[in-house]
Amino acid sequence: MEHELETTLTVNGTTLRRRIEARQHLVDFLREELGLTGSHIGCEHGVCGACTVRVDGEIVRGCLMLAVQANGCQVETIEGLSDSGELAALQKAFHERNALQCGFCTPGMLMAARDLQVRNPKASRDQIRAHLAGNYCRCTGYQAIIDAVEDVLHGKS
Amino acid sequence: MGKAELPLHAPGTQVDRGYIGQSVPRANAQRLLQGRGSFTDDLRFPRLAHAVFFRSPYAHANVKRLEFKQALRAPGVIGVFDGRAVAEYCTPWVAVLAHLKGIKSPPQHAIAIERACWQGEAVAVVVAETRSQAEDAVALIEAEWEELPAVVDMDEALAGKTVIHPELGDNVCFKREHDTGGVDEAFAQADVVVEETYHFGRHTGVCLEGRAILADYNAAEHSLTVYHATQAPHMMQDIFSRHLNIPEGNVRVIAKDVGGSFGIKVHVYADEMATAALSVMLRRPVKFVADRLESFVSDIHAREHKVKVRLACTRAGEILAFDLDDLTAIGPYSVYPRTSGIEGNQVVNLTGGPYKHQKYRARMNVVFTNKNVTCQYRAVGHPIAVALTEGIVDRAAAELKIDPGEFRRRNLIPDDAYPYTFPSGIKFEKLSHHQTLDKLLDLMDYKSLRSQQADLIKKGSYRGIGLAAMIEVTNPSPAFYGVGGARISAQDGATLRLEPTGMVTVLCSVTEQGQGTDAIFGQIAASAVGVTIDKVRVITGDTGVTPYGGGTWASRGAGIGGEAVLLAGRALRSNILDIAAAVLKMDKAELDLVGNEVVNRLTAEPKMPLAELGRIAYFRPDTLPLDFQSELTVTRHYTPRQYGFTFTNGIQASYVEVDPDTGFVKLLKHWCVEDCGTVINPMLVDEQIRGGVVQGIGAALYEECLYGPDGQLLNGNMADYLVPMAGEMPDIVCAHIETPTQQSQLGAKGVGEAGTAGAPGAVMNAINDALAPLGARVTQMPFTPERILAALGKVAR
Repeated sequence: MEHELETTLTVNGTTLRRRIEARQHLVDFLREELGLTGSHIGCEHGVCGACTVRVDGEIVRGCLMLAVQANGCQVETIEGLSDSGELAALQKAFHERNALQCGFCTPGMLMAARDLQVRNPKASRDQIRAHLAGNYCRCTGYQAIIDAVEDVLHGKS
Repeated sequence: MGKAELPLHAPGTQVDRGYIGQSVPRANAQRLLQGRGSFTDDLRFPRLAHAVFFRSPYAHANVKRLEFKQALRAPGVIGVFDGRAVAEYCTPWVAVLAHLKGIKSPPQHAIAIERACWQGEAVAVVVAETRSQAEDAVALIEAEWEELPAVVDMDEALAGKTVIHPELGDNVCFKREHDTGGVDEAFAQADVVVEETYHFGRHTGVCLEGRAILADYNAAEHSLTVYHATQAPHMMQDIFSRHLNIPEGNVRVIAKDVGGSFGIKVHVYADEMATAALSVMLRRPVKFVADRLESFVSDIHAREHKVKVRLACTRAGEILAFDLDDLTAIGPYSVYPRTSGIEGNQVVNLTGGPYKHQKYRARMNVVFTNKNVTCQYRAVGHPIAVALTEGIVDRAAAELKIDPGEFRRRNLIPDDAYPYTFPSGIKFEKLSHHQTLDKLLDLMDYKSLRSQQADLIKKGSYRGIGLAAMIEVTNPSPAFYGVGGARISAQDGATLRLEPTGMVTVLCSVTEQGQGTDAIFGQIAASAVGVTIDKVRVITGDTGVTPYGGGTWASRGAGIGGEAVLLAGRALRSNILDIAAAVLKMDKAELDLVGNEVVNRLTAEPKMPLAELGRIAYFRPDTLPLDFQSELTVTRHYTPRQYGFTFTNGIQASYVEVDPDTGFVKLLKHWCVEDCGTVINPMLVDEQIRGGVVQGIGAALYEECLYGPDGQLLNGNMADYLVPMAGEMPDIVCAHIETPTQQSQLGAKGVGEAGTAGAPGAVMNAINDALAPLGARVTQMPFTPERILAALGKVAR
């Protein structure tokens, strides 16, 4: 294929060197080339948040970033943050509160919630709602998600 | 003298009810929380090919010519096909049902032949080695179109100047009239008559996971395995079998994790049928996943209704009669196999549903248009019936200057009136309207909220309180589809198997899309058998392994599937105790099964761990009496039959603030009191209600599929089609009345649709309550800032 670029990136701690089609989105690369199917594709234009992953410590939409733009970057996905235990408290609270139904939005939601936990660990309920307002969930109506994040931030879980 | 009758359970032991009524977290949520679920698009197969559809850019057009030459030369392309090629492998269907008298619809093909009838209808397909290659090749298909007049407006469709399917004679798919008689007399005698017309915007499900199917044909066996994001695997097994001409026994449908459904994934979609046909044609696995843009133009839409309703009432506030005229448009085809006549039918059945008036007349027309098809979406018809009923009830209350809570109290069917036949013909086993109303008003502190509202108006802050009482169809019997000739099971089955280790495996025909079906079946099975919940594994969504059944729709999973699990659990427990009695040489009646142990029923003394019983039954049956055969796998089925539907009831309230300068509505709080009978898992029930309420709020405030006059969908993407997000949603307070159905031993009714049924009406009434002092009123959903400002006379209509 033409328009491929030699790309080196670290995904969940493993450094990879691949020729990647310039047009391939990061989330497609993670899913199709690496089999990391925990990051989901919901809208492909940056609205729903299902593909949220972390690149060099910042959460990004995996459908708005090209894989080749991750050259030299640290990419972290739901699988990596689950194995490292970084999301354990949030996952436990989500489980106890049933802050997920179908689970399709959940990896992205957890990524966004973790981002808030790191940046603003004392966030109020309204701030939690605002921070998660870019992640679409059709099932829960959000309240259980807000409750779960509040439990973690305010030390109830 | 025989032995004295022993009590069913030893004192102090928790048996049978056990986990029922407890908020047990869902075991199957763990994999989803780590991104380790397996949704259909996550599956990887050797030789997997990817289908991408070429869709009509016009609402109505003849396909004069399709040119595939360039597309066929594109890298990775395996084949490009039109409707005729696919029709060789997949027969068309006609979505009508015998009990919807007079319903008509033309045959629909997997890929349209010669003519496209809505923007987004597929007329060709590319199959390639990757999805991106297939998308590239679709862009190389050349098509020559002849545009035809598009019928977009409902009234024009009904008038029939242009008929979409000339062979059908007109654009009317289905009509129904219902009349108890005496309606005109009731209106003539009435002290007060109120009338209003309500408009309901067309909206859609927006499941976060797009529709997804992976069909894997095995030419050697002439067998088809379909991994399908579906709510109804057995229904789809039958349909794949009949339309692809493969024996049903050779078709297996597997629903892995499904990313939301809400009714969207219970229908037959042409592109999905084409995908299955392509797998047969190409003798290899083929996958299709709808992306977001094609979801908007091909997932079913719902709820495009215009309804005129009149209510007759006495001066004392007694409702005498309802008179209804509903017009709804469904796109160019009735959707297979459930038909698109059901939503309108439900509006006729349910309008006025909570109230005790005796006179009712309804007229309803379902018309074809050149827009995407509509069909059953969460709460089918209920949001419309509830909103127009509750809207006109509030009008009557306002006319009589009676408080809306008090007006409802005077008219709700009394709690001791059951069984009760409603004037539309539907029958209620037992409802609790007055209990739910009392509980709601108490829960929300209605009186103080009213005085708060009055105080704030003085400060120029416009708040409103809206109530919406409701009834909901749950646990449908064969009266819903089976009697009309649809091969859709109203029955479900559960198989329970005790494993040698003392684990219990549950296989059930009801499916899981996140509601918590698997979790509640685990709770019921553990309770019925007498094991701890960690000993239960639940498998659903595979026609190859579960009993035959209907799947998940119409709020039927808990009430029907749950009852099958309960019956099977009790039977398994009895079989286990037969073995225990044989091993221990005791009378079965002296034994019980509690917490994974066989115990003495009276003393609760442990007699044998279940794992030991399993070991003996499976590996040392030689030690059991010669005339004894253990049976550690049992299957039971359940179908509700005494009533057509097991109706539930509830009431919601919404508290909003309307900004008269911007037209924005701020949702302050929402309440729901629901009676779904036995509550199996309170946390999951409340989450069903909350999620449903928010979907209903979406309908009330944000969501509408907007079409231009040429039939083009104008906002078919997630940036332009607004859905509820976390920032705007209120906290939702839930409470329950429990009136178990007497038809089953479990007593559970459905709850999945209640929130969506009532929320739009409650929000509408709250907005209008807030607008009342300003002399404005809105009746067209969604209530966008623009529509509210127009009602206030601040912008042009």
